[in-house]
Amino acid sequence: MRAFWGLVWRDTVLAARIGGGFGLGFGFFALVIALVPLGVGPDPETLRQAAPGLLWLAAILSVLISLDRLFQADFEDGTLDILRLSPMPLELMVLAKVLAHWLTACLPLVLAGPLLCPILGLPVEAMVPTGLTLLAGTPALSLIGAIGAALSVGVRRGGLLIAAICLPLFAPTLIFGAGALKAAVDGTEMLTPLVLLAAQSLFALAIAPWAAAGALRVNMT
Amino acid sequence: MKTVSSLTADRLTVIRGGRLVFRDISWTAESGSVLAVHGRNGAGKSTLLRCVAGLLEPASGRVHFGLPRGDEREASALVHYVGHHDAVKAALSVRETLQAWRRVLGGSAQQVDMALAKWQLLPIAELPGQYLSAGQRRRVALARLSVADRPVWLLDEPSAALDQAARAILLDNGEAHLRAGGIILAASHEPLWPQARVLDLSLQAAA
Repeated sequence: MRAFWGLVWRDTVLAARIGGGFGLGFGFFALVIALVPLGVGPDPETLRQAAPGLLWLAAILSVLISLDRLFQADFEDGTLDILRLSPMPLELMVLAKVLAHWLTACLPLVLAGPLLCPILGLPVEAMVPTGLTLLAGTPALSLIGAIGAALSVGVRRGGLLIAAICLPLFAPTLIFGAGALKAAVDGTEMLTPLVLLAAQSLFALAIAPWAAAGALRVNMT
Repeated sequence: MKTVSSLTADRLTVIRGGRLVFRDISWTAESGSVLAVHGRNGAGKSTLLRCVAGLLEPASGRVHFGLPRGDEREASALVHYVGHHDAVKAALSVRETLQAWRRVLGGSAQQVDMALAKWQLLPIAELPGQYLSAGQRRRVALARLSVADRPVWLLDEPSAALDQAARAILLDNGEAHLRAGGIILAASHEPLWPQARVLDLSLQAAA
């Protein structure tokens, strides 16, 4: 397990220093949210209707822009070769990198995302549900994203390919994430969509490490 | 260090991108010996090392590590691989780089300081990777060999970008590894360890 946490530490430090993680992802998320009223118009009712979907779309896009460096940077500089010589299985290595990605790209959204609710005309009461849906759903984004990132390793400018692979796969997460948040805003029961959202993250946890590790093995020979 | 008694390649054949790189190569390296892999560009030196490291599946044949009965360790736990790429991150200092490798490769806590001393990296230990010269980066990559004990060293052009002093450090550390019963496979265009047995892939390909 020391190898696992060592890799989590390394990736987190790297992301924090280079700015590809903490700052950039959340900054992108906040900017997209801040631009929405400029595009949709300031009418609070219109904003409130569109807010859950827009919030989740912004989250998905901000996660997406950090995915192309998940394996590509380590592939290019030879790090992935060495990681494959670690005593830990490749699947666990993938999981460590996904965890570091979640900590740097998604956790800031979970913690600070709710603060942006007022911009979208959402009431203060919507802040906790916003954080909850992001907490339950973003692990699925990181995990599924890792499959796309692993499949496009070695492809020059693979970022576009990652988007093409991942965006359709993110659809269920978007539907239930926005659905749960909308239920909370409308005052109806949000537990069912929230649980289904968490179930997606668990499902992704069960398959993504193996799928991504398999893709890496194929791409690296 | 738990050594392996020998390292054997048995009729290795590798095909890459539809091209036959080499066919039916067999050799043995005993504990404490060096095998120098020579050959023209494209003869398959790097491919051979990657194959031994288990990073590449041979089309046929196999690599065998001489382990005591009951020892089930695989290549990924037995070899160090220093390839063309140095795997040095711009944003991590030399010490942090080695610290991360120690955890990932399974070395003990004091081995980072020992590695820094052995490869004479102490003066630049706190320098971030982005400020290192090519030769310094190479030395950091080589210092990985000392952060975890592994009996087989696979070195691809280890002396590239090294100056005379750094080359001497490489040779000294290699000697110490051999005295401890290790095995070194080095692909290189220049002679490194004088006692090395030579495996010339250019000749093999012609045969």
